[in-house]
Amino acid sequence: MSANSVTEPTGRVKWIAGIVVVGYALVTLVPMVWIMLTGFKTPSDAISYPPKLVFQPTVEGYVNLFTTRTRATPEQLEELGPAENFAQEIVRERGMVIVGASRFGERFLNSIIIGFGSTFLSIVLGTLAAYGFSRFKVPLTDDLMFFILSTRMMPPIAVAIPIFLMYRTLGLSDTHLGMILLYTAVNISLAVWLLKGFIDEIPREYEEAALIDGYTRFQAFWKVVLPQAATGIASTAIFCLIFAWNEYAFAVLLTSGNAQTAPPFIPTIIGVGGLDWPAVAAGATIFLLPVLIFTVVLRKHLLRGITFGAVRK
Amino acid sequence: MTDKASVPERMVRATPPGVARTVRGLSDRALAWVFIGPTILLLLAINIFPLLWTIYLSFTNYRANRFNRDVEWVGLRNYERVLTDDDIWQAMQATAHFVVWTIVLQVLIGFTLAWLINAKFRGSNFWTTIIVLPMMLSPAVVGNFWTFLYQPQIGLFNAVVGFLTGTDPASFEMIGDVDLAPWAIVIVDTWMWTPFVMLICLAGLRSIPAYVYEAAEIDRASAWRQFWTITVPMVLPFLMLAVLFRGIENFKMFDLVVQLTGGGPGSVTELASINLKREAFEKWRTGYSSAFAIVLFVTVFGLASIYVKALNKVKER
Repeated sequence: MSANSVTEPTGRVKWIAGIVVVGYALVTLVPMVWIMLTGFKTPSDAISYPPKLVFQPTVEGYVNLFTTRTRATPEQLEELGPAENFAQEIVRERGMVIVGASRFGERFLNSIIIGFGSTFLSIVLGTLAAYGFSRFKVPLTDDLMFFILSTRMMPPIAVAIPIFLMYRTLGLSDTHLGMILLYTAVNISLAVWLLKGFIDEIPREYEEAALIDGYTRFQAFWKVVLPQAATGIASTAIFCLIFAWNEYAFAVLLTSGNAQTAPPFIPTIIGVGGLDWPAVAAGATIFLLPVLIFTVVLRKHLLRGITFGAVRK
Repeated sequence: MTDKASVPERMVRATPPGVARTVRGLSDRALAWVFIGPTILLLLAINIFPLLWTIYLSFTNYRANRFNRDVEWVGLRNYERVLTDDDIWQAMQATAHFVVWTIVLQVLIGFTLAWLINAKFRGSNFWTTIIVLPMMLSPAVVGNFWTFLYQPQIGLFNAVVGFLTGTDPASFEMIGDVDLAPWAIVIVDTWMWTPFVMLICLAGLRSIPAYVYEAAEIDRASAWRQFWTITVPMVLPFLMLAVLFRGIENFKMFDLVVQLTGGGPGSVTELASINLKREAFEKWRTGYSSAFAIVLFVTVFGLASIYVKALNKVKER
């Protein structure tokens, strides 16, 4: 049945298991591959019937994603002279001219600022708290740890209304700072729980030696514990980043323009006559790629983190 | 999940005593608060304070889009209306359908996959990573894109199902059809989150020590018997934990389904959170929606705490 069994699974069992799992994995891949392919189609290829597997690739979707265009008459196009770059050429074929950058760039930048900002803050606060819980005799440690965990079980919409009112009063609504604080609050439970596990595993003798050598608590924490916990901190950071990167409910309820991240924006990319699917797919691809790369490169840490977190909770 | 007794045993691991009682001025106790304080303060400000505020609002007729109106205390009237509202009962039914079916499918498929992967065929690690990818994606973007896959004429999903079953791909519409839409959201959630259940089960399977099987082998227990008397019971606590997480998550499901169906057609896929969002941020019935939020919250915590008690019993066995 497994390596745990005395009798290793026979070759035939492994074959069957392999075929089923690989089959499932391939089916899983199809929607993701389809998104990426659609990003390289023309709008008419994207909505052809039946769906096209073989097509002439184009970057039109990407050009449409990053630009705002307007329709022009043939005479107007004539006056403009030859296209200056490939992007203008592509939209000119559709009888359009580029009038400026689209808002995707802004939204993507917001995702980066808010994602990394809240990850940084969650890690700083989370590491401090995890160290505190791990090394000091804190009254009611278990209750506090459970309190921290329970905040994650709250449905976002249940607290969204007062957060909305609170942010409106404080002038934090639709600001980067407001979203960073919010995502930090959501992520911190996971950060504290995961990091406490990692810090618990570092022998306390190291710090004791440092303290005897005349280090202060903070120096011991900074110079001895942090370097030891680096891997754990890095994998926790990836989790926080993935959450903040993908979050939608708060982003759509609490932001309207200035601090809006990409997830609420991508589904709203309109082309001629409805959603511009190749541009939507291009946006989704750009947005998904960092996470996919993280996952593949750091798969061991990520998988460990998921199961570790689950088992501890 | 309210009392300490229901906390899973691993959570209440005792904290070892501090290293040194006092170091250079600041006592350890004061230092501990320097480390832990900021986190607690942030959570109080952004989680607990809003929650208390929600509770307060749920007893008023406040509307967040009307600044100047006097806020009146209406007692339990909001709760009364929530509990007798047909829309809300329909939303709860849609939520129950969604939660139950996603859990059933994800447990069946997830456990089977974990069990197969545990046979350690060549390349199993690589394919595990491939299977895990969907759960790393943004639910809103995924939901949005699945609407494209579900298009009756041009969508890949209809083309594939049509090809496999020999029906006309244009003859059925997954998200526009009252009967099919609840299944459309179940399918996408299952695609996205089965890997989570699979990973937890895999952790469970790997935690079973080899000697248990060796002992069974000596007793000449059949493979079938080993599966039902060793594998299943040993993985059960893990599986139940995965169910707990998926249950809580899907009970408050919002982003994926909002983008996928927007609650439609009509309101057959209008889950509790979607209904809540509509009441709170479109109709601006703040007091009423706060009451609904509290009802939801109490329901989740109530169910979760009963469930955790059962989970602890299973663990003790």
